[in-house]
Amino acid sequence: MTLTDTTPAPPAARTRSARKRLVPYWLLLPGVLWLLVFFALPMVYQASTSVQTGTLEQGFRVTWHVATYWEALAEYWPQFVRSLVYAGTATFLCLLLGYPLAYLIAFRAGRWRNLLLVLVVAPFFTSFLIRTLAWKTILADGGALVGALDALHVLDVTNWLGWTQGDRVLATPMAVVCGLTYNFLPFMILPLYTSLERIDGRLHEAAKDLYASPATTFRKVTFPLSMPGVVSGTLLTFIPASGDYVNAELLGSTDTKMVGNVIQSQFLRVLDYPTAAALSFILMAVVLLMVTVYIRRAGTEDLV
Amino acid sequence: MEQYEPDSPSAAQVAAMRRSLTNGRGALTRRSMLRATGVGALTIGGVAGLGACGIPPAGREGDGPASTDFSAREKRLSFSNWTQYIDIGDDEKSRPSLEAFTKRTGIAVKYTEDINDNVEFFGKIKPQLAAGQDTGRDLICVTDWLAARIIRLGWAQKLDPANLPHAYANLSSQFRRPDWDPGRSYSYPWTGISTVIAYNRKATGGRTVDSVTQLLDDPRLKGRVAFLSEMRDSVGMTLIDMGKDPGAFTDADYDAAIGRLQKGVDTQQIRRFTGNDYTGDLAKGDLAACLAWAGDVIQLQADNPDIRFAIPNAGYITSSDNLLVPAKARHKTNAEKLIDYYYELPNAARLAAYINYVCPVDGVRDELSRIDPALASNTLILPDKAMAAKSRAFRSLTSEEETAYEEKFAKLIGA
Repeated sequence: MTLTDTTPAPPAARTRSARKRLVPYWLLLPGVLWLLVFFALPMVYQASTSVQTGTLEQGFRVTWHVATYWEALAEYWPQFVRSLVYAGTATFLCLLLGYPLAYLIAFRAGRWRNLLLVLVVAPFFTSFLIRTLAWKTILADGGALVGALDALHVLDVTNWLGWTQGDRVLATPMAVVCGLTYNFLPFMILPLYTSLERIDGRLHEAAKDLYASPATTFRKVTFPLSMPGVVSGTLLTFIPASGDYVNAELLGSTDTKMVGNVIQSQFLRVLDYPTAAALSFILMAVVLLMVTVYIRRAGTEDLV
Repeated sequence: MEQYEPDSPSAAQVAAMRRSLTNGRGALTRRSMLRATGVGALTIGGVAGLGACGIPPAGREGDGPASTDFSAREKRLSFSNWTQYIDIGDDEKSRPSLEAFTKRTGIAVKYTEDINDNVEFFGKIKPQLAAGQDTGRDLICVTDWLAARIIRLGWAQKLDPANLPHAYANLSSQFRRPDWDPGRSYSYPWTGISTVIAYNRKATGGRTVDSVTQLLDDPRLKGRVAFLSEMRDSVGMTLIDMGKDPGAFTDADYDAAIGRLQKGVDTQQIRRFTGNDYTGDLAKGDLAACLAWAGDVIQLQADNPDIRFAIPNAGYITSSDNLLVPAKARHKTNAEKLIDYYYELPNAARLAAYINYVCPVDGVRDELSRIDPALASNTLILPDKAMAAKSRAFRSLTSEEETAYEEKFAKLIGA
């Protein structure tokens, strides 16, 4: 304890310091209000909806009917599994495609770096819907790409795996995964790039000086140091991809519908609001659980 | 000498306990106390909040405070419609028929193209309607099944026939008595919609496709057939093909039709169920044949002469998009004046010539042939007797039926 603490400050000074202490809270206020209105309140509302029963005519009342959760899960587990598999595959493909590109931009691009980064972000200048619809042209039945895949007998292999059907790619699981991969690729590349770009080039030189081969350098130095980027990239890709329904709707067919499609259809078509809300919560819980386990295992403290 | 007392903690122990309360991981600090209280309050508040939520039951018009009409004082009107559903001037911006209406009546129209999809639009306006509030829209245009639902829920205002002389006189008989609004006391059709079969002659190898049976069974179309994701169109056309009347069918008939479509899905005959996006697929030839809306087909044909349509011999589904005044809308009389305006023959002809959908107005043929004789003889815009005889409407459903049927259909289309 010091002497200054025990002597009371003059009143004017005290209010000034109190005001100063409040400044951070005032600065936080807009964000907190935003979260409250657009995140917390809707969450409470959805949680409530998920335990209601009723019809549009009679209205919906809270009856604590938690069985909705089990019924929803029992009915729609295939779509859940499918969503996780598609999102997982797309995330893996994004990592596979995105890592070399991020590496190139970070270490080898030189003066082209900014241009390449702009090109990565460029697709965002058109709407998500338009970008997805463009894939209908790219993958068209009579198009060059599908023709080439067919001629190279790639489609025979993918047919055998159940990824495509007949001599087409559209309206099959492969089209949906391609769409997801394409749409979320920038979310993988940007965090990877930020992580890689921060790596001190002298570490590579040091590894070389210590007779490490390029492969060993990558395995022991570059990759571990880029882990924060890998983790945040996979999260930024996997989470939105697992809830996506646009790709499945436009590029898929009846047997490629994801859980997002089910939620949309229950909410807007069937008007079964409780089931839609319950499905949303189950999806949120499943993703949260997977992400928690993943972060624990990846053991990354800071994600940026 | 200090004596060992097992019951009272030693000075060191007391100090350790005090430390553990004020410092370290288990410390009970002001902050953790606040946090615990906060979480507790949130939990209690959250649970209480959950109980307080809910959607009130829908009330019939008249249950709540009546809607007040401000038309006499406020010379304006807010009209929500689908995209590309009105005539556009040569400058691509003006809407000649609406401007003429404003010039004549002095009523300024705020025209918004904010309807893309019936179910989405209903999701958008439902909260206000359910809470008995004004949606900010005086006139909306929705497909008949949704109009039926809004009327059933008591969320539409009754129209005053005195303000609708032309509409009353000129409405074509085909649209006069829908079972969900007999005598048209709440709604007037904006356009009629015919659901037909469209095919790409290049993709079918020059052959015609003119029945749902062919769509579902022809092996040469396998994987290149689409149905519509609108339940009433896909199931309705299948019911007609099975010899059932979509205006009077039973649960068993419905299940049989779903079963038939399910077989098409299982054998991969049906590629997918589409919304409006079938147009691109059909033009490219990814789809050889599909169910389609006639207005779209006319516009597609203008760009691609290989696109053809066929009216199945068994019949086809007719529906309509209808103008409604939502409950609590402020300008009902203004809205009625606008409805009536579009039932005057020259205005109806101008609209039909531009948007190419079925015109629900009688006696418009002469006006239309003055604009374009080819349009006047197009049976997709003005159905002739033979075509009108084949037209069928999907019957209106009760709320329970609607939920059960939509659920079965949702399962069919995969979600």
